Amino acid sequence: MIAAALDNSKDQNDAASTSSWYEASARQRVENLLDANSFNEFIGPELRETSPHLPLFDLPEQFDDGMIVGYGRLGGKPVLIAAQEGRFMGGAFGEIHGAKLTGLLRAARDIASLPVLILFDTGGVRLQEANAGELAIAEIIRALIETRLAGVPVVGLVGGRSGCYGGGGLIAGCCSALAVSEQGRIGVSGPEVIETNRGVEEFDSKDRALVWRTMGGKHRRLIGGAEVFADDTVASFRDAASYLIEHAPSMNLSTLESEQFRLAQRIERFGTCADALDIWRSLGAAEPQSIPALSYREFVALANDLQEPRHDAR
Amino acid sequence: MTLDNILASLFPRGHDVILERGLISGRGPLPDGGSMAVIGVDGRAPVGVEEATLLSSHVLDVIKSGGNEPILVLIDSDSQRMSKRDELLGLNEFLAHLAKCLILADKLGHRTIGLLYGHTAAGAFIATALATQTLLALPGAEPAVMDLPSMSRVTKLSIEVLQEKAKSTPVFAPGLDNLAQTGAVAITLNPDSSLADQLKSVLSQPAEREDSRDKLGKERKGRPKAADIAERVYELARASV
Repeated sequence: MIAAALDNSKDQNDAASTSSWYEASARQRVENLLDANSFNEFIGPELRETSPHLPLFDLPEQFDDGMIVGYGRLGGKPVLIAAQEGRFMGGAFGEIHGAKLTGLLRAARDIASLPVLILFDTGGVRLQEANAGELAIAEIIRALIETRLAGVPVVGLVGGRSGCYGGGGLIAGCCSALAVSEQGRIGVSGPEVIETNRGVEEFDSKDRALVWRTMGGKHRRLIGGAEVFADDTVASFRDAASYLIEHAPSMNLSTLESEQFRLAQRIERFGTCADALDIWRSLGAAEPQSIPALSYREFVALANDLQEPRHDAR
Repeated sequence: MTLDNILASLFPRGHDVILERGLISGRGPLPDGGSMAVIGVDGRAPVGVEEATLLSSHVLDVIKSGGNEPILVLIDSDSQRMSKRDELLGLNEFLAHLAKCLILADKLGHRTIGLLYGHTAAGAFIATALATQTLLALPGAEPAVMDLPSMSRVTKLSIEVLQEKAKSTPVFAPGLDNLAQTGAVAITLNPDSSLADQLKSVLSQPAEREDSRDKLGKERKGRPKAADIAERVYELARASV
């Protein structure tokens, strides 16, 4: 199933499609991902709905509060879409930022026919409005699950500068399916947070190789934390999004029982592993130390060989 | 209030709720003859992959046993366990799974009620208490997204400055009152009268179908804009079809 998606990539040679997802702004990602001129934004920056709280801290505001939501078409089919701007306050969830996504998901639930794409790029809750951000995440999770229970796929794409941490990691874990690139990182406690709280012996946040292999896209794909590994291009994320919308599992008691089993099994199989390399070895990778350097195509071939994602268990 | 006092006041006829390595599980009888499932975290224990898996398995057992038994989630926790191992194993999926199980239970007809009686923070808070339909609290609860000293490090503002700012807005400061104002906590219980009676009164009201925490935050002036922004996006999206 997954192998089929990855060989599906059309030769999109235009500059927008081959451009880097990681380097792009949220607005560029939305424009380049969707069909040309199909995007229609809800509460765009021209309305200047900025955070009511950042001025208290003398911090600059952004006219869209770092969250873009709207309607567009992907391969001719209508979708609802949300994108976080990782370069504004680390893509963090504040009151306005979060409420836009909550409103979008509640609409998706009631429309019951338009899939939702969430382009994650976030460090988690925005501390300057921490209570509002934390609660926004709880509201988003509830609306997201109601949307899935209404039979609507919610697909997450992770490949931005700020990764997908904190409450963002929890929202990602609630999505019907995820695509992640090598640069995308998914977690709850970020490297600096672990180091600050537990010391550098527990986690050295400056050890980039350690960060990538513990939280990066390759590891998440291998253990089943994401269904599809995407190349760092708009075209690759577009193919992944279309594929995952088509193949998103529904959510019910049996899905969650399968997930319970899948996660319990993960602890049983890998719970004593000290490092990602040990997990990859247990999965059957002959040369785990070579995995970080594998090219996109080499890694996809290896990952499909080793398997692990379970479409009926999320 | 301590866990023992809370359980004694909630279930005066006795209960079989146990505490094991910081995790709460069991059942207590309700005045109407039915029972209530109880899960939770005590003693400010962190929530890591093992803890989340145990809690979610209890929730799934309640759903699988059929019926509409309500679920009480008692919370006095640390944040999520911050460790290399938990992140390596994908803690985000485990916490998300726990939240999903609680919300599914609610959608399948089980009342889910959170009771915050101590500390909680960050991912542990989102996956437990904030994933219930109705969140109650006891005075003395101390929810915090982040404590002021850590916040002072991140924002580079002194604790004194932060304390001063906290007086004018509840939106960032830790504490039960601040959180209640943003709409997270429905009711703060009175520890001096029977918790059983207060729980009974909550259970006798019909479950809210809609998530109204943003509207509550607006009423209480803790979140001035969230409800309106969500409503506007909702209307625009509905109109786009």
